[in-house]
Amino acid sequence: MCSGRVDLEFILRAFSNGQDGVFIGGCKLDECNYVTHGNYDALANTYLAKRILAHIGLDPGRLRTEFMSGADGNLLADYTDDFSKQVKKLGPLGKTEGMDGKQVKFRLDAARKLIPYLRLVERERLRVPVKTKQAYTQFFESEEIHRLFDAIFGDRLAISQIMMLLGETPLPTSEIAQQLGLNPSAVSRHMMASSRHGLVRYDTASKCYTLA
Amino acid sequence: MEGTLGDFRVSLKTRPRYIIEDKCTGCTTCVTYCPVQYPDAFNQEISDNKAVHVFFSQAIPLVAYIDDSCLKLKENKCDICSGVCQTGAIDFRQTVQKTDINVGAIILSSGITPFDPSVKDEYGYKRMKNVVTSMDYERLLSSTGPFEGQVLRSSDKARPKKIAWIQCVGSRRVTPGDNSYCSGVCCTYTQKQVILTKHHYEDAECTIFHNDIRSFGKDFERYFQRAEALPGVEFIRSYASVEREIPDSGNVVVRYATTDAGVKSQEFDMVVLSVGLNPPKAYKEISQIFGIALNSHGFCQTESTNPIQTNRPGIFVSGAFQGPTDIPESVFTASGASSQIGELLDYRRGKLARERIYPMERDVSGEVPRIGVFVCHCGANISSVVNVPSTVDYVRTLPNVVYAKEQIFSCATNSAKEITDLAKQKGLNRVVIAACSPRTLEPLFRDTLREAGLNQYYLDMANIREQCSWVHAKQKDEATQKAKDIVRMSVARASFLEPLLEFDLPVNKAALVVGGGIAGMTCALSIAGQGHEVHLVEKAKDLGGMARRIHSTLEGLDVQTYLDNLIQQVYRNPLIHVSHEAAIKRVEGYLGNFTTTIETEGRVKQIQHGASVLAIGADVYTPTEYLYGENERVFTHIDLGQQLALGNQTILGAESLVMIQCVGCRNEDNNYCSRVCCGHAVKNSLKLKEKNPDMRIYILFRDMRTYGFREDAYRQAAELGVQFIRYTPEDPPVAQAVTEGGREMIRVVVADPILGQRLELDADILSLAAAVIPSASVHEIAAHFKVTLSPDNFFKEAHVKLKPVEFATDGVFLCGTAHYPKHIPESINQAYGAAGRVLTLLSRDTVVASGSVARVTENDCVSCGACITACTYDAIEFYDTPKGKKARVNPILCKGDGLCNAKCPTNAIILKHFTDDALLHQIDAAITKEVRTNEYRS
Repeated sequence: MCSGRVDLEFILRAFSNGQDGVFIGGCKLDECNYVTHGNYDALANTYLAKRILAHIGLDPGRLRTEFMSGADGNLLADYTDDFSKQVKKLGPLGKTEGMDGKQVKFRLDAARKLIPYLRLVERERLRVPVKTKQAYTQFFESEEIHRLFDAIFGDRLAISQIMMLLGETPLPTSEIAQQLGLNPSAVSRHMMASSRHGLVRYDTASKCYTLA
Repeated sequence: MEGTLGDFRVSLKTRPRYIIEDKCTGCTTCVTYCPVQYPDAFNQEISDNKAVHVFFSQAIPLVAYIDDSCLKLKENKCDICSGVCQTGAIDFRQTVQKTDINVGAIILSSGITPFDPSVKDEYGYKRMKNVVTSMDYERLLSSTGPFEGQVLRSSDKARPKKIAWIQCVGSRRVTPGDNSYCSGVCCTYTQKQVILTKHHYEDAECTIFHNDIRSFGKDFERYFQRAEALPGVEFIRSYASVEREIPDSGNVVVRYATTDAGVKSQEFDMVVLSVGLNPPKAYKEISQIFGIALNSHGFCQTESTNPIQTNRPGIFVSGAFQGPTDIPESVFTASGASSQIGELLDYRRGKLARERIYPMERDVSGEVPRIGVFVCHCGANISSVVNVPSTVDYVRTLPNVVYAKEQIFSCATNSAKEITDLAKQKGLNRVVIAACSPRTLEPLFRDTLREAGLNQYYLDMANIREQCSWVHAKQKDEATQKAKDIVRMSVARASFLEPLLEFDLPVNKAALVVGGGIAGMTCALSIAGQGHEVHLVEKAKDLGGMARRIHSTLEGLDVQTYLDNLIQQVYRNPLIHVSHEAAIKRVEGYLGNFTTTIETEGRVKQIQHGASVLAIGADVYTPTEYLYGENERVFTHIDLGQQLALGNQTILGAESLVMIQCVGCRNEDNNYCSRVCCGHAVKNSLKLKEKNPDMRIYILFRDMRTYGFREDAYRQAAELGVQFIRYTPEDPPVAQAVTEGGREMIRVVVADPILGQRLELDADILSLAAAVIPSASVHEIAAHFKVTLSPDNFFKEAHVKLKPVEFATDGVFLCGTAHYPKHIPESINQAYGAAGRVLTLLSRDTVVASGSVARVTENDCVSCGACITACTYDAIEFYDTPKGKKARVNPILCKGDGLCNAKCPTNAIILKHFTDDALLHQIDAAITKEVRTNEYRS
């Protein structure tokens, strides 16, 4: 398997399990031994995963991807040492970010549910035409892509989280907003849209939303 | 040795090892107890070893032997090793064994001996403690070396901070005891040592005293730039001598001279002599026994039309016994020798082979996982750091593990047998080997599973050596914990492994060779010589390629006569089908089954073939510099060679001729050395001097790169009065057309670094060493055959040292200047090498395709096509089903990278053996419940 096989689910699952850092090693860029250059896929996934982490309030520095050859054992050791130091500095997952373990897992699991959707979006809107490290960095670190990502990911993450909450128990809008730290008007916008899509329904008696 | 081609009889004498190989497990207990300390030959006698020892850590077979320093053998005194050996492998009754073998052909690959600088007092070797050879230094850098990878002075165990390398020790000198030729490898190995030293110790100060920097190999120029750019590294162009040793410190003073600063002395903590390559120690005996001729240097005498053939039919030479060579040349001459022997002995191919028969595979897919775990000590490699017994105890507590055991060497024959036996006995249906990287031994352990009647994909290897014991030598407790974590993850994955089928693909027995130059034709002839059809495709009207424009070589080969003869052989060979004026239109298929569509002389033709060889050659740079194309007195070296062959009187009668080297390469655009031009310049200058001894010839160069025996011709040219003037790229020569006193000429102005002034050279003729550049069609051909290019746009081989004639794409091979510029004899070597590799494929009836390929769960496929765009190999396509279009994988084309798996929005496409199930469980097992809860509490 190629480093491009390391998909978003692997990364987010590891964090969701409580790992404090994830390191991905791939072959050197532009030196693919095949014709695939799949390590660029790994690079793109890394940028996406970092964006997701940032979005749910986790430090993107907890994820690192480095490229090296089979003869670069020393580099791997250097990178690993450096990364270990960095992760130690960040401390246990969620701690520096001011979240408890339950909250971290809740958000990560909500994000994981969006992976199939992200795969579709990636193909259509987040693909870099030129395979150079510079082009990838420029693309994924541009304001425009950040805005685009937030636009397509933000609302869906909120909805995903709401669905998870409602999966446990029916809740009123205000309670949802409070639990997720969201603006109540944003939540009611999501609730309207979700009931239109037939995902949730409003129970007038208890004034709670529940899964449809 | 006696006999002739096809029937040689060779008597071999094998010295006793005093160890029964089959019984020795390589555990090295005997080494621990042996009382004799003796200088370790493998570590250059810097450190000691025991009388009984394993020669070096990767020795094959990895078993001990007893050498002459043994007390039992010398004085019949000690027998400790026999007492401690658990397997009874020590046997002092062994004697010299004589074996007679009967063979059809012989390959001499006796290699080289490093030059011994102690033969000359001036190098200070052995006389001064801190003067070492590059071989000594190589061992110091090695993790299995005398100080386990620390570079220390053996005299006081201090770390040398200031280190000097002196180049050309024993090479390029005509003084008695030295070699006149250039050893060809020392410049680059020194750069490697410098880079490694700086990697070990950032504060090391490295100084290299050198003559020309000969970075003529593939990617070597960039490598040199990398070494030179490191901080604290200084390359000084100067002859240097070891002056004296400072008594107290043991430091060594080196004396040298530069053009700017004159004679200087500098003190170093250590001096490394970059020693050259001598012929094998026993070259005289080899020559006598095998009746082969040697050249004046003691290497094998060969012809440039076939440097692999000795003067005795049936006896071949590969590797550095041909003359000083680097690793890639050694590898392809070895393969080339096998191809030439194949031509002689093809009628006997396969007669000695025996088919391996495995037991029937047991269907265990319905059983619950019963995992067996074998934890390897790897001698002391793992067990000196990781607590193996504790790891085994831990493993027994893991889910689905029904059996766990430690082994000294899991890879030893008896251990593999043990795994097979235990798998049957305990009813194991999955096996985890906790040992080393799967890179080397996975095939062996898969075989072990097959012997036990299990599908070979029921194996997982947990790497607790490279990724654990070797990197955590000082943290034994943590390393043991990590080993447990690694094995736990492996066990988690193993439960989800599935049995997979490998395919036997039929092999089409024909080959396609693209390019009808010397390399392509030589390769085609060698393949056809072993009974295979060859389709030779040439883009031009005639065969011959670049060699059509070359008339002689430094070795004196008449290229045109040779070429005509070669072309005739090609046309006369009934198995070779030549297509002229051909263009590749389309390449489909895969290893063993290619279909290539070509257009030739207006017709479209389809060729079915099992292997492809790309020998498309290279082009010559058209200079835009130095009035080329503007002034009729300016030529390239190739033009000049052609004009000389034609007897052009203007050139032969010239009073003065200037050559400028490195035109169009070793610059930003083409950051490599064209390798052949220095040889061409010297060749042309010798020809000119022969015809017109009075002609003044100037060669303006940056580094003369007449490597190997070409150095002798360089020296001869200098002796005949050819003037060599060094220039730098910052201050290149300037050429201007002038007319003075009615004489038209080119005035070349160049800075002379030795005289420190500008020289004006008035030349009747100016000849330029125009670079060899990649063929114009290289991108197109690479795209057709799905192969890759190096940074300089030459073909990229699968491995620069170890697989120099193969592409990473299966079934596609390369040779000649499309790989990198090279001289004709080198191209011929490589062409035979490619033929050898082609034959290993074509001589088989089937090839095996991996079982780890993608598959589609049809019901989950939503026909989005994400997998199809993700696949570079066109291995996935849509096909019609009653439920609409669905994706389908062609398992033969699939290379198992799994990119499709990571792109599929519904997880309908799955890479077998690396399934989401298996990998996610492995990820989950990376963290234990205890660790997780602890951390959240903290």
